[in-house]
Amino acid sequence: MSLAKTPSQTVGPYYAIGLTRRDQNELASPADAAALRLHGQLLDGDRRPVNDGLIEVWDRVGKRWGRSGTDADGRFSFVVTKPDADGAEAPRLDVFVFARGLLRHQLTRIYFPGEPANDTDPVLSALSDDERSTLVAQAEDGALRFDIHLQGGDQTVFFAH
Amino acid sequence: MTVPGVDPEIVLPDDPSFGPEVQLDYPGYRSTRLRAPKSPLVTLPEEFHAIDGPVFGDLPIGELDHDLTRQFAGEPLGERIVVSGRVLDEDGRPLRNTLVEIWQANAGGRYHHQVDQHPAPLDPNFAGAGRCLTDDDGNYRFVTVKPGAYPWGNHENAWRPAHIHFSVFGRAFTQRLVTQMYFPGDPLFPFDPIFNSVRDPKARELMVSAFDLSRTQPEWALAFTWNIVLGRGGAGTTPLEDHE
Repeated sequence: MSLAKTPSQTVGPYYAIGLTRRDQNELASPADAAALRLHGQLLDGDRRPVNDGLIEVWDRVGKRWGRSGTDADGRFSFVVTKPDADGAEAPRLDVFVFARGLLRHQLTRIYFPGEPANDTDPVLSALSDDERSTLVAQAEDGALRFDIHLQGGDQTVFFAH
Repeated sequence: MTVPGVDPEIVLPDDPSFGPEVQLDYPGYRSTRLRAPKSPLVTLPEEFHAIDGPVFGDLPIGELDHDLTRQFAGEPLGERIVVSGRVLDEDGRPLRNTLVEIWQANAGGRYHHQVDQHPAPLDPNFAGAGRCLTDDDGNYRFVTVKPGAYPWGNHENAWRPAHIHFSVFGRAFTQRLVTQMYFPGDPLFPFDPIFNSVRDPKARELMVSAFDLSRTQPEWALAFTWNIVLGRGGAGTTPLEDHE
């Protein structure tokens, strides 16, 4: 038996009613000594903040998941710890991006800065320098910053899924 | 077929070659212009699609989280409906214990959200959100009221057909789906760029629920049935014990 897949539709501007009523943006306890704040902005093709976006992150090694809506400045925020290494793959978070105007969610990855394993990670290694730089968070004031560009010359790399 | 009054700049002709895929840069849906990514997608190794996604089996789901008509002291206005169905994969296997979340406008077509300023009344007895976990056969079930159609600013005299937003996780990470469930026979279908961003008419039908007399509750509620089919999430993702 093979059934046809149900198509995707946008989350629309009012997803907060159903998806972010509860705080679910802590993949780790803020009290954890290794906890890091991970934050950034979701930006459109005019580099304007997307204030009705939704970011979901998944640490497949630690089995920890979270989501954050974006605020008036397009900002999202999580508390994370760096996932453990997994074989040849550098530590990373898998990320889905949802928004009004995005008819299907987009898949990207957040890698950690200064991580030696980034140099040999099979996915990062297959990308150009410019592409790779869109996937590595930046250390900033003791936190991690990761902006997501939906379009433009510095568009974030999105993966087929 | 041309439908009188349909603006060809807003709704493109059918194109079955899209299959189940939505057209990400659908021009008639204005918000896609600055938001739909333009660079080609990068393909990940096949094994990535098999990784497990989050599991929500231990979420503290409230006894009334699935019933949007009993979350306040009084009952919401509108046609009471039961919306139910199964979450399956492409091979027809049920996805058990998976989280289904919904949100919707009230019967007057207004969302309980500060950004929605459509001058239809808010309903003090309706927040418009629910969630549940599927059972062992992949069944989900919600009780709610039928949402109203509502105007939006996409183009002149734009109206969304009545719909309920659905978010589903599945088992593999890449099975994730967010979509909208529509109601059969809605006269607004030919005019809505979001609905028609699914270019294949057969695929669009998969977003439309069916009236189901067998699930109505006499003297109480009408019923609509809608099954949700998720992608496989990569070959071999289903544990052996699920092959029955």
